[in-house]
Amino acid sequence: MEQMDVIDGGFAAPVFDAQTVFRAVMDAMARPGTIQPVVGLTQPPAPLSATAGAVALTLCDHDTPLWLDAGLQVSTARSWIAFHAGAPLAATPADAHFALVASPANMISVENFAQGTQEYPDRSTTLVLQVESLTEGTPLHLEGPGIETSATIAPTPLPRHFVEQWKQNGARFPRGVDVILAAPDAVACLPRTTRIKTMEA
Amino acid sequence: MDRRQERELEAERKAAMAALAQAPADELKRLCAAAGMTHEAEMLRGPETGLVSVRGRIGGGGAPFNFGEATVTRATARLPGGEIGHSYALGRDKEKARLSAIADALWQNPTRRAEIEDRILAPLRAAQAEADAIGRAETAATKVDFFTMVRGED
Amino acid sequence: MYVAVKGGEAAIANAHRLLADRRRGDRSVPALRIDQIVEQLALGVDRVMSEGSLYDRELAALAIMQSRGDLIEAIFLVRAYRTTLPRFGYTRPIDTAAMQVERRVSATYKDLPGGQLLGPTFDYTHRLLDPELANDPAIAEPEQREGDGQRMARVSEILAHEGLIEADGELPEDHLTGDITREPLEFPMERDIRLQALSRGDEGFLLALGYSTQRGYGRSHPFVGEVRIGEVELELDVPELPFPVTLGRIRVTECQMVNQFKGSAKAPPQFTRGYGLVFGQSERKAMAMSLCDRALRAGELGEDITAPAQDEEFVISHSDNVQATGFVEHLKLPHYVDFQAELDLVRRMRSEHDKRNQSNETEQREAAE
Repeated sequence: MEQMDVIDGGFAAPVFDAQTVFRAVMDAMARPGTIQPVVGLTQPPAPLSATAGAVALTLCDHDTPLWLDAGLQVSTARSWIAFHAGAPLAATPADAHFALVASPANMISVENFAQGTQEYPDRSTTLVLQVESLTEGTPLHLEGPGIETSATIAPTPLPRHFVEQWKQNGARFPRGVDVILAAPDAVACLPRTTRIKTMEA
Repeated sequence: MDRRQERELEAERKAAMAALAQAPADELKRLCAAAGMTHEAEMLRGPETGLVSVRGRIGGGGAPFNFGEATVTRATARLPGGEIGHSYALGRDKEKARLSAIADALWQNPTRRAEIEDRILAPLRAAQAEADAIGRAETAATKVDFFTMVRGED
Repeated sequence: MYVAVKGGEAAIANAHRLLADRRRGDRSVPALRIDQIVEQLALGVDRVMSEGSLYDRELAALAIMQSRGDLIEAIFLVRAYRTTLPRFGYTRPIDTAAMQVERRVSATYKDLPGGQLLGPTFDYTHRLLDPELANDPAIAEPEQREGDGQRMARVSEILAHEGLIEADGELPEDHLTGDITREPLEFPMERDIRLQALSRGDEGFLLALGYSTQRGYGRSHPFVGEVRIGEVELELDVPELPFPVTLGRIRVTECQMVNQFKGSAKAPPQFTRGYGLVFGQSERKAMAMSLCDRALRAGELGEDITAPAQDEEFVISHSDNVQATGFVEHLKLPHYVDFQAELDLVRRMRSEHDKRNQSNETEQREAAE
């Protein structure tokens, strides 16, 4: 019942580690397109990555229902998060405060997640996408609040038709999801206010 | 181990953890020291203090509702032998949580169980049972013994 | 115009230092200890736990010490503290029928199973001040008597057999238990949320509202079906263990208020109930809560809503003494600019008023001439 990999691998110094990761995510969210380093502070069971695991332990707790994609759902990562963060599983993606996605290429479409309400637009899902790289994919040119002129990131892999989905997400403003991209050694963010301007071939 | 034995063991462990949780912190610390309980344990989580939301039921037996919160301190410890123990108890005593988690881990080792039962759990249970019995007897002494006065002519 | 005013810093620092001095009082008088407050001012501690909505005796006692015995300030301190702690979960609902009972009385049944147990009550005391207490007299140990150890069924279970009393309050199966510490209040609300708000509500406010229902403002013919005080066990489900873990015991007071109900289009004549459940020993609060709970069910039971105690938005919006004290007490903070603006407005209105009066007088004089 109690496998080692469920109990091990949490933050070694919960307060300071969570503060470090929170600072990185906050900066990445405030300046969309910038890449903020996050070094391996957790060792979660596969397929959850060290960065996504650190983000989950920083942001999730008992009050934040969590949605896991199919690969995470059947893994021991589910029990690892339950033990270390105490976050309950959301019954549907529309109930999730956070969603962890180990395989973005197969992700269900963005509109399935909570979008918030006009009165409480903050009640939308924050998507944490595990990507392999923030520089080796197709470049995305970003504009919007927090970006002085323009910024570029090139995350991969991304959900299918992501640029189109993101455009629809922006059209729902002030509702809409926010995205945290968790690469092996860094995070970058796409808050709902960021526009993806063009996509180079 | 079949499912029935597993359930019995779970019930015993639950009862052992309950005795630890309900123990007065000073008494638990004294008993653990007297038993020379190992302090070589790696803390995998905590000891840390948080809250639980306490629930009652409408009318006593109806739908649940939250009626307040309580402080709880918990810990998870691993012994050098690999046993993992957990503790949860009301209050904010971190040393009590740490010792309880270690005691739970030791309890799971069949070669140490009897020692934990005899030297720590048995005295705790006896003290609790005695305090409860006294409380019940003190309350019982305030029970109203109604008697009806004779009324009328016959 | 906005005028930034500085210069309070030294005054504030010195005021805090003065407060610390006055809190401690005469240094030749021994300082209070937390355990003395927990043991000897136990009902004050219980009130702070109940309205602070946090069960932790030592913290409540510390808050009472720090607030110089101002219980609303102590409640404020406890509420502020609880926001610093993470949530581990929701306990399983407590079972008050399995309570280790310390007091239990019923005004409706003389011979209920388990009997009438008076416990440590102020009832039947003569309310005569006892000057002897000042000399710390020896106090006799309580009397003991063999109990029958009977499980004490809730009184509602007894009446229920005749079918004359409504069942325990049920909510639809798909209803998720609400939590006012997580979701903002919205009206109208379900009974579970109302009870959570009432349980942390101000004792004085609920007492006055409960009293108002007895005096005819939303009359509901109440009887105390039962009040019980005692300890119940808390259990919590945690992901790492296959069984609910026992956290320990807390003391609670529960009140079942039984109310005659002549029936309506929605329900037949029967006894309805109001429910009270609070931390610690506080039957005044539990009784007031159950009266308010019953009054607030007027809409559900098809009664006319005519009295303040039946008005959900009025009662629940004003029952929290931390909110109330915050809004009332903020009036003493600097409002210099707001007031300046109002002063200008009143001056202008006054001069217009004077002008109008003058011209009226002139007109009247001219007309009279």
